[in-house]
Amino acid sequence: MLVEALALSALLFTIGVIGVLTRRNAIMIFMCVELMLNAVNLSFVALSKLYGATGQVFVVFTMTVAAAEAAVGLAIIIAIFRHQKTVNLQNINLLKG
Amino acid sequence: MQPNQFHSLAYSFGFYFFGLIALASAVAFVTRKNTVSAAMWLVNVMFALAALYVMLDAQFIATMQVLVYTGAIMVVFLFVIMLLNLGHPSELADARGKWGYLLALFVGLALLAEVMALNRSSTIDQMIPPDLAAKAAAAATTPMAGGIIGPVAAPLFKEYLLAFELTSVLLLAAIVGSVVLGKRRTNAR
Repeated sequence: MLVEALALSALLFTIGVIGVLTRRNAIMIFMCVELMLNAVNLSFVALSKLYGATGQVFVVFTMTVAAAEAAVGLAIIIAIFRHQKTVNLQNINLLKG
Repeated sequence: MQPNQFHSLAYSFGFYFFGLIALASAVAFVTRKNTVSAAMWLVNVMFALAALYVMLDAQFIATMQVLVYTGAIMVVFLFVIMLLNLGHPSELADARGKWGYLLALFVGLALLAEVMALNRSSTIDQMIPPDLAAKAAAAATTPMAGGIIGPVAAPLFKEYLLAFELTSVLLLAAIVGSVVLGKRRTNAR
């Protein structure tokens, strides 16, 4: 089942990358990043059957970082929405040269 | 979990079942225009992944997946979506143009080609060092010492104690940062 789990992890990561590249809604992009983090967690857990429980410890850390990232990122999105009245990344081009 | 049970037909069926659910839900998640339904499909992906974690003998991680990811993170996402009133798909015609799709297609095909090459050329089973494989097989037959949480908790509080403590600093910084960012700016001094 290890090969299947790693292949599923890679496919989920690919779907997340495609989502990040094709969407312009900032919240959708954030959720795609969460999907990518989940895919990485799956490969951590799958490999932890082989290399011991250390992989699961790293999954705990990844979840913590994901929670912190979601909180800060969504706060940034809310702050941007207050200024721009949109979360479409096409309209958020203040730093574009 | 016993090795014969591990390789049994029911186990394989369950694994493929939840794997396909996760994959189909992920595809549905990426293609939804409505942000709220996309979030619900992502919740479905996370539940399927939690089931896969249980099948991979990571029950604690599965619990954390349901509690933290689907229970906390996705709820925060849905709060923000509904707070900003973003559920109307007409305002969210957010797909990128032709070049975005081409780039995504190229990256997706490249990543898929990597997976296929990895699966074809040398299967992962061959890449595993034989001593590790023997150890894993021995560990699969004997029940884990310390129950389900013990094997995860012991390295977390011994080997990775510094990282664990730094995580608390990270969480504190995240709390302070999100409060500062989310605060409404007032001119009253």
